[in-house]
Amino acid sequence: MNFAVLQFPASNCDQDAIHALRDVLGHSARYVWHKETSLGDADAVIVPGGFSYGDYLRCGAIARFSPVMQAVQQFAVNGGLVLGICNGFQVLCEAGLLSGALIRNRSLQFRCEQVYLKTLTTDSPFTNRIPEGKLLKIPIAHGEGCYFADEETLNKLKANKQILWQYCNAQGDVTEQANPNGSLWNIAGICNERRNVAGLMPHPERACEAILGSADGRLIFESLIHALQSKAVPKAA
Amino acid sequence: MKAKIIITPKKAVVDPQGKAVQNALEHMGYADISAVHVGKYLEIELNGADDETARKRLDEACHRFLSNPVIEDYKLEIE
Repeated sequence: MNFAVLQFPASNCDQDAIHALRDVLGHSARYVWHKETSLGDADAVIVPGGFSYGDYLRCGAIARFSPVMQAVQQFAVNGGLVLGICNGFQVLCEAGLLSGALIRNRSLQFRCEQVYLKTLTTDSPFTNRIPEGKLLKIPIAHGEGCYFADEETLNKLKANKQILWQYCNAQGDVTEQANPNGSLWNIAGICNERRNVAGLMPHPERACEAILGSADGRLIFESLIHALQSKAVPKAA
Repeated sequence: MKAKIIITPKKAVVDPQGKAVQNALEHMGYADISAVHVGKYLEIELNGADDETARKRLDEACHRFLSNPVIEDYKLEIE
């Protein structure tokens, strides 16, 4: 599969994403600079973590107007798979491709640690290979990852099974203590109604090899690859 | 001509910065503070356009870009 990994000024998880996709999972992946207007022959797009455009104004607010994001908007409209990680999640929310917004962590602290994630549905191109009941141990590293949406939006996300991951403890309980940033309903990641665009604050690309402390992140990329290979997703580019 | 834009967090949005500043003020002995809201202030210098056109265009920019309507309110003044 061909992955496009976007690069904005101050992206800093782009290389981790390329490493995970290319060296660990054995797929083709290339960088796409923010000034590009085409995604080429990409089968899927990764919007990586970092501090795009210095996080000026709001996280992701400037990146969403970059030329490459116009191509991503079109790619998503055509049904292409798009995964936003950390800052990428913020960019996709700002772009209106995902609902809600990410605001300053409730604690005001930058949180950098391993967390546990509960997967709420395997019915998505991002979760289909995650075994039932399996908790994912994946690191977070963010200062503005507190998920916020109004009640109507939250209820809609729940009704449509768009909440993909929640922060939980090592036993799988979704508790206040296990919530690292104050996200409403412990939300760590969601998808859009059409289920082809998803975002999450934790970093699966940093948890693809045992030597890094966990290989659970692979399951998210393997889900994506499985969805692409089973041709459930139209070629969107 | 100059536009002044004040962006504040919506009431329903938790504002931990405002809360931290409020706590600090109370520690310093400033009493009778019921809430603090931390926002952003932008000054935009304009050339040419008349008041009405400028207001219309900046109102659009506030909605599309300068504020995020999911979490923020804004107030736009032109002088």
